[in-house]
Amino acid sequence: MSAPEGRKFTKTHEWVAIDGDVATFGLTDHAQGELGDITYLELLEVGDSVSAGEPFGVVESVKAASDVYSPIDGEVIEINGAAVDGPEVINASPYDDAWLVKVRIADPAQLEALMDTAAYDEYEANQ
Amino acid sequence: MVPFAGWYMPVQYEGVIAEHNAVRNAAGLFDLGHMGQFSVIGPDALAFLQYTTTNDLSGLEPGQAKYTLLGNPDGGVIDDLIVYRNPEGEEGYMVCMNASNSAVDSAWWFKQSSEHPRFDVTLEDISPTTGMIAIQGPNAQAITAAITDADLDAIDYFSWSNGTVAGVAAKIARTGYTGEDGFEFYTALDDIAAVWDALMNAGKDNGLVPVGLGARDTLRLESRMPLYGQELGMDISPYEAGLGWAVNLNKGDFIGREPMAAVKENKPARKAVGFKYVGRGGAPRTHYPVAVDGEIIGEVTSGTFSPTLGENIGLALIKSEYAGIGKPLQIIVRDKPIEAVQVKVPFYKRDS
Repeated sequence: MSAPEGRKFTKTHEWVAIDGDVATFGLTDHAQGELGDITYLELLEVGDSVSAGEPFGVVESVKAASDVYSPIDGEVIEINGAAVDGPEVINASPYDDAWLVKVRIADPAQLEALMDTAAYDEYEANQ
Repeated sequence: MVPFAGWYMPVQYEGVIAEHNAVRNAAGLFDLGHMGQFSVIGPDALAFLQYTTTNDLSGLEPGQAKYTLLGNPDGGVIDDLIVYRNPEGEEGYMVCMNASNSAVDSAWWFKQSSEHPRFDVTLEDISPTTGMIAIQGPNAQAITAAITDADLDAIDYFSWSNGTVAGVAAKIARTGYTGEDGFEFYTALDDIAAVWDALMNAGKDNGLVPVGLGARDTLRLESRMPLYGQELGMDISPYEAGLGWAVNLNKGDFIGREPMAAVKENKPARKAVGFKYVGRGGAPRTHYPVAVDGEIIGEVTSGTFSPTLGENIGLALIKSEYAGIGKPLQIIVRDKPIEAVQVKVPFYKRDS
């Protein structure tokens, strides 16, 4: 599936939706497909700070555990408790119901370094 | 697809959980082309197997099979094996073993046969010309019956028989690695694809799906079947691994007998135990440390989220004094201790 328009993407297959000074992170459809059946999700807590390229959580499938990486710097202001309680939602709805954390953006300039939808679709097709 | 002991094998087709559940509730088909097979023939075939493996095979009737271990001289284990005595009218035995080890095993084994000239035996690696697949699950027999002339009811658990399957000559064994009823088929390599295709076709209305390595591992672990390199190894005694039942100290001399007997005599220092999580946390994985009151007492040998039970389970090799059903353990997952409790194994046993 093509990634949704209007979002930014990382090379490690996270997506970012931007609303003012708040960014929402999630995993792309490609990432959930590669992981397979997701059975466990662990996230940082509200108030924790995140840094670009550093883990903000761990996602596990039956096969393996993988870190999920923050696309930008910021502070966690909300986490998706429903996704922690029922991580299979990441397989079912990676772009909508399975948002993972909301972050107060520290440096909007960092968003410029991320891929847009067209660039990500091309990147993903070559994976 | 992933590289696996020199083979390219699918980890999953449809998804690990769906494939796992299909085997528990209907049926699954496994490509086992990576397994190794050896033929052992000659007047001393039985004596050779008795001397190089741990279990007592002297009582095997034609067509019967038994689980046994290749011991090393230090009392550890080189591999685990199933030895099939050939059906009535055919001499000798066939031995089926692991993928990851077949090169090591065969080198070791060939050495044993040449170092002990008193064994008049011909050992042959027939893996390159042998095809192997398995069908497992409650619908396995009904699906197989549609494409064979063999009397499947006459094949008991841990035995095998000749039969025609999908028009080709096969040996049909009621063995497997899932905890479900089912069969493993051995044919000439060129014939095995026809058996696969015929089973897939016969099983399409019976819930049959192909199953990859991922579900093969979760199925065997729920049934507490050991995996070489995890529960079994060169430096783990069968008595530590909970596989003392596959060692017969009274059958006469065999490689590794004395050190194995000493471990049994002195009580094993380590014990393989089953556990499940009480607390929440990431799944237990091989080599994760296991602690009690902050002291490391062992490590996880295998662990997974169990699709059948819906919780995290695992096997750990720990200091014996901490072993006991109901006793606590902490599994250290990414530096965080997760509360677990020791439970009876197997984790899953089918209704029979």
